[in-house]
Amino acid sequence: MMLKSKDLLGIKDLSAEEIINILDTAAVFKDVLARDIKKVPTLRGKTVVNLFFEPSTRTRTSFELAAKRLSTDVVNFSVPASSIAKGETLKDTALTIQALGADFVVIRHGSAGVPHFLSSVLKASVINAGDGSNEHPTQALLDLFTIRSSKENIEGLTVAIIGDVAHSRVAKSNIYGLTKLGAKVRLIGPPTLMPAAINNLPVDIYNSMEEGIRGADVIMTLRIQLERQNRGFFPSLEEYFKLYGLTGDRLKLAKDDAMVMHPGPINRGIEISTDAADGPRSVILEQVTNGLAVRMAVLYLLSGVKE
Amino acid sequence: MPREILNSKDLERAITRIAHEIIERNKGTENLCLVGIQRGGVHLARRLAPQIEAIEGGRIEVGSLDITLYRDDIYSKKNQPVVRKTDITFSITGKKVVLVDDVLFTGRSIRAAMDALIDFGRPANIQLAVLIDRGHRELPIRPDYIGKNMPTHFDDLVEVHLKEENMEDEVILIAKDTEETVNSKQ
Repeated sequence: MMLKSKDLLGIKDLSAEEIINILDTAAVFKDVLARDIKKVPTLRGKTVVNLFFEPSTRTRTSFELAAKRLSTDVVNFSVPASSIAKGETLKDTALTIQALGADFVVIRHGSAGVPHFLSSVLKASVINAGDGSNEHPTQALLDLFTIRSSKENIEGLTVAIIGDVAHSRVAKSNIYGLTKLGAKVRLIGPPTLMPAAINNLPVDIYNSMEEGIRGADVIMTLRIQLERQNRGFFPSLEEYFKLYGLTGDRLKLAKDDAMVMHPGPINRGIEISTDAADGPRSVILEQVTNGLAVRMAVLYLLSGVKE
Repeated sequence: MPREILNSKDLERAITRIAHEIIERNKGTENLCLVGIQRGGVHLARRLAPQIEAIEGGRIEVGSLDITLYRDDIYSKKNQPVVRKTDITFSITGKKVVLVDDVLFTGRSIRAAMDALIDFGRPANIQLAVLIDRGHRELPIRPDYIGKNMPTHFDDLVEVHLKEENMEDEVILIAKDTEETVNSKQ
């Protein structure tokens, strides 16, 4: 089954079948990554442009490596050193990139909706690598892939997402993806960090960590965005950790085989303790590896969309 | 009308003959392994292996190879190929690898398969076994073992039906003009 759109802008736009197709394809690419020669010639001659307007190490590196594993040429635009810093508009930047022959544009931007705007301007496939607090679709896809690798079936699982859901694009993409595949989603955190349009989401809200993670199959901790900490969403980091930090003791309330996930980078001792982050149930590093396979699958599948 | 080229007995006989030829050419089965190309070639390789084992003794390793990621026509096809699993759990370095496919046509699939195989290791040699050779080569590729040579027109379709795919074993040829006639009558 082919993907319907030339772009990957969010999980909200994907059907459950399209998500499954991406996950199945990613499983094949994970096998490629386990070989001695981790590279295939599939997208030889294609060009991927990474356009990151926000700092990123793991996502940009993951996209770059995924593209290289598929034999594409990769160009990384460093925004502070580009013409954007001279006042060029986003549209003009995009059209310049298109004139250079890009087939894929991977974009991260602090404002929600920028990838959607670019997709309307560009013939190239646009992949959203995080737009404001809207979506981060490839992170959710790699999370779904990681869950499916351990649990086989996502339908019926109880997934607890803990932390700053209101500002988290990772959480939103995961909520869309998990519920489309039949998981039950619990959001845990202080009321100030819950999204405003909460009633529109098919989720259960818990303000108590103990109640929220009890019996959960998957526990997904979110990064506390320290840059927002001084805006008064919670009194102090110490209090946040005391109330909502994932510790080894709290983890005992979840199912015995519960998985611990985190999109990274981790703030140890704030959203997660070292024993939980490095414990046997943690799949945090596996998530990073799976991110490569998922991004390879996305590039491959988008390359086949004919519009 | 579709024309039957091989029925189930013909197909089994062809596999048995290829099994004998593989043993004869390689003077036994030492260092020999089979790798089937997804999907039909995998089923055929899995049928060849026990026949070779029954004749010669020992055990033949069988792998499956998906060539989608190595194709050179990926953008010219109407529908994007589904990537299937490659499963070669043994080292092919130093081995005599018999690639197995159902139909040999332009040779491009075999080129892709050889590229893919070489990413897994350095075989001593690669041989090619096909059930049907229908001609029209676009690359200098020649099979070592052939179930049946079948001259065709370029636009004809050759379909290999196998019981592993829940069909009756047979090989049929659908001439292009016949297919259009049949479709226009439906």
